Amino acid sequence: MKHLLSTAGLAREDAITILDTAAQMATTQSREIKKLPTLRGRTVVNLFFEDSTRTRISFETAAKRLSADVINFSAKGSSVSKGESLKDTALTLQAMGADAVVCRHQASGAPHLLAHAGWLDSAVVNAGDGTHQHPTQALLDAYTMRRHLAGPPGSGPDDAAALGADLAGRRVAIVGDVLHSRVARSNVHLLHTLGAEVTLVAPPTLLPVGVESWPCEVSYHLDESLREGAPDAIMMLRVQRERMSGAGAGAFFPNPLEYTRKYGLDGRRLALLPEHAIVMHPGPMNRGLEISAEAADSPRAVIVEQVANGVAVRMAVLYLLLSGRDAPGAPDPSEGSVLA
Amino acid sequence: MNPGAAVPSTPNVPGPSGRPETVVLGDADVARALTRIAHEIVERNKGAADVVLLGIPTRGVPLARRLAQRLASVVGSDHQALVGELDVTMYRDDLRRNPTRPVGATHLPPSGIDDKVVVLVDDVLFSGRTIRAALDAISDLGRPRAVQLAVLVDRGHRELPIRPDYVGKNLPTSAEERVSVRLAELDGTGDSVTIRGGGPR
Repeated sequence: MKHLLSTAGLAREDAITILDTAAQMATTQSREIKKLPTLRGRTVVNLFFEDSTRTRISFETAAKRLSADVINFSAKGSSVSKGESLKDTALTLQAMGADAVVCRHQASGAPHLLAHAGWLDSAVVNAGDGTHQHPTQALLDAYTMRRHLAGPPGSGPDDAAALGADLAGRRVAIVGDVLHSRVARSNVHLLHTLGAEVTLVAPPTLLPVGVESWPCEVSYHLDESLREGAPDAIMMLRVQRERMSGAGAGAFFPNPLEYTRKYGLDGRRLALLPEHAIVMHPGPMNRGLEISAEAADSPRAVIVEQVANGVAVRMAVLYLLLSGRDAPGAPDPSEGSVLA
Repeated sequence: MNPGAAVPSTPNVPGPSGRPETVVLGDADVARALTRIAHEIVERNKGAADVVLLGIPTRGVPLARRLAQRLASVVGSDHQALVGELDVTMYRDDLRRNPTRPVGATHLPPSGIDDKVVVLVDDVLFSGRTIRAALDAISDLGRPRAVQLAVLVDRGHRELPIRPDYVGKNLPTSAEERVSVRLAELDGTGDSVTIRGGGPR
């Protein structure tokens, strides 16, 4: 594995290796001394062209827990605001000797360009590009689901049963603004690879053209999906109003109240879910729009745990990309398998 | 290649790779060596009250469990509370020279390792680099009163100033030879320690 750019095309074995490694990383994070010497002397650059709190902090924490040096680069206050191109930024990072570049960009495909244009020798991790992919978010979602759903229904988190397991036969509903969501795209592909049955639930206006070719079911009715689909996990997506044109909600739905009534998760819909089902949200939440405070704060919500698991998953990704003979800057570089 | 005087002249059997293997220790030899090491641990530490055995994956883990059972039968305590496993992958100094290694699990006994006598258990002691990594891993987990080292086979060629406290068998080898340990728990065969020549014979 040289780069992590997309979950489409990520092999089942590679995905399970990442999740199992994340499980071992997670156990080290309950210790008094959380720092491991594994990536001592390596440099990880967080290259963020788009605003982010939890993803950047999560990657920064993960890299620091593995003893790597972290350089944070955000487009605001850098030469990018003077008009520097992605290529020149990449060449600068190459000259400074970055071993891994974690890239978030508002344009779909920017991390792919960084990885394959020949500007950089480093490993590239996609931390969200446009409306395309956000692979580490999908991996941490899959990790969280596997932890909670690997054992018999209702048994709670079970790390021993989760090790080496996939999500075969588990039903996952992804609800909300699929159109603008890279999280949904990454999750659909990864969860399908891991054997889960995914249903997207959204108003027709918030589904992208071509969704019928994705490996999942599509529904327009949340109540029906909850009653008949009996999902093991429900993932609420943020309504990305900053990506919607015009004031307020733009033209995608009549008004926020109607959206909440038809697609919001509240206490009543929570009661429709099976006993063991977990409630997920990639954050940041619009409380009162796609999820009510009652649902977000219920004991079945694993939203805070998702954030903690994000650090372990990103530690695993950085470890797998930066250790080993095929890693960038290793003494004996040879042709390795290239993902994506 | 001449196996040398230290290697008993046991029959050569074809190994999995087809190259002849010399069996150095068999089932009974491994059992006797572990029993002796268990008694030495009790003798050296004047009992086993504060002893914690930490096996280093992969084959150090079942060896540590067997040692714990023997130790428990000598001093009459619960063997589960004596034993743990210590993964050292993330402390290794050769991560970039080898293909990516899977990260293993670390389990400590419920009592922890603070102020205990930790006995590290591994199958083969060679360069000493794994033990160096284990010592670093231990210092991140707690502060034991002392750390000791038990190995089934010491084959020499140390690259670091590390010396075992308990040795099943000293096995002089050349650097090209390969020493393999097979254990019933992991390999589905009987226990054996075999040595295989590196160069053509």
